[in-house]
Amino acid sequence: MDFSWIFEYQDLLLYGAFLTCLLLTISVTLGFALAILLAIAQVGRGSIARWLSKSYCTFFRGTPLLIQLWLIYYGLGSYLPHIPGLRSSFLWPVLREGLFFAALALTLNFAAYQGEILRGAMLAVPKGELEAARAVGMSPWMILRRIWLPRAIRIGLPTFAGEVVLQLKATPIVFSVTVMDLYGAAYKIRQDTLLVYEPLLLVTVFYVSLTFLITQGFQKLENAIPVRR
Amino acid sequence: MKHLGKALAVAAFMLATSAQAEIRFGVVNEAYAPYTTKDASGKAIGWEIDLMDAICKELKEQCTIVDVSWDGLIPALESKKIDVIWSSMSITDERKKRIDFTDKYYSALAGMIGAKDGVIGATAEQLKGKTVGIAVSTTQSAYFKKHFAEIATEKSYATVDESFQDLASGRVDYIFADTGPLKELLKTDLGKECCEYKGSVEADDAVLGAGVGGGVRKGDDELREKLNGAIKAVRANGTYAEFSKKYFDYDPY
Repeated sequence: MDFSWIFEYQDLLLYGAFLTCLLLTISVTLGFALAILLAIAQVGRGSIARWLSKSYCTFFRGTPLLIQLWLIYYGLGSYLPHIPGLRSSFLWPVLREGLFFAALALTLNFAAYQGEILRGAMLAVPKGELEAARAVGMSPWMILRRIWLPRAIRIGLPTFAGEVVLQLKATPIVFSVTVMDLYGAAYKIRQDTLLVYEPLLLVTVFYVSLTFLITQGFQKLENAIPVRR
Repeated sequence: MKHLGKALAVAAFMLATSAQAEIRFGVVNEAYAPYTTKDASGKAIGWEIDLMDAICKELKEQCTIVDVSWDGLIPALESKKIDVIWSSMSITDERKKRIDFTDKYYSALAGMIGAKDGVIGATAEQLKGKTVGIAVSTTQSAYFKKHFAEIATEKSYATVDESFQDLASGRVDYIFADTGPLKELLKTDLGKECCEYKGSVEADDAVLGAGVGGGVRKGDDELREKLNGAIKAVRANGTYAEFSKKYFDYDPY
């Protein structure tokens, strides 16, 4: 076991860990927001919205994340420069980087899975509670905001924890679009130093620790909002 | 269960014996035209494969090709899954700490390609403030770190092919790689349209290496000597020049 490279590469590793956490945070937050819209569309009455949401979830859950990422980065990304003026605009420094496309792909993918789970959770909220809310004169919007969504989120909470962990483990593929995340850093170190196992061991420890923190956090959250059965 | 055990033992025996009767060449499974690539049926072709065939004919040995990814080549060699690395690996001091090399069999020239803008050259002056696409952990990456890290940004790719897509769409300004594959990329439709050869960089053998050789296990001197002899022989009898003509308009040695 040789870990003498850690100091030489510590900046790369720290920045990589930062990027991994950043991508996870962005995709989970924005993805969750999008998932709420997807779930509402699916349990709502509008048939077009339901169909659109259903198609979206089927598409993103039915194709490998790697293909989505590459379609977005190499497909969409290679058409962008042909838009007149874009290459000289203030957006270009962002659109030029893989990070933007990686965050986009991870967010869209996370939303699709999360949307389906949230839809199930919304259907699992007891009818009686919604009827009671209606009986006291709440508007549909208020029911959604105060009763339906909060209850659904609580029901789905144990599943969300697992989804966030899965999302963490999906992040290393962003290395394939030039984002030097933690895995990317480990890959580079492996290639530079010709060490096979040590860099992988180090990132394994990182991923396991982060997973532990995530599950602990969700456990705390679950305990904080007890469910009466 | 008993039969399965027996069958496994037989299979293991067959593998063990067949492994001794041939030389296993580890070749990257990522395309690296013109040196190693695959045809439509998945068969390995390219300049290095032709050289391998010539060498094996010279040695009268049975040779097989084992597909290995670039980062798995040295581990595969050390764990005896292959006997020789045959994949455009430059002979560098860093690698010599882990493996031995045969004599060089071709010289890799590091160069840059970029968008067609009439500005020719690959010097520090041209690169100032630019983004350069480089395949991760190549000799070019080490060269960049030593000479250009202060003035330009490096963007890492798993393969040269991927960085080429980004050059075409303007996400990197230059690609820094071995001249052979770069010129091959420029021959494609996309390459003709978007990009041009900018030039080679100043020599620095300490990082760019002293040519490309076959990698063998440390201490496997018998095989190394055999391959050295064969490389010399195919150079001398004209076979080397003959199949090189198919790929290059210069002598790659």
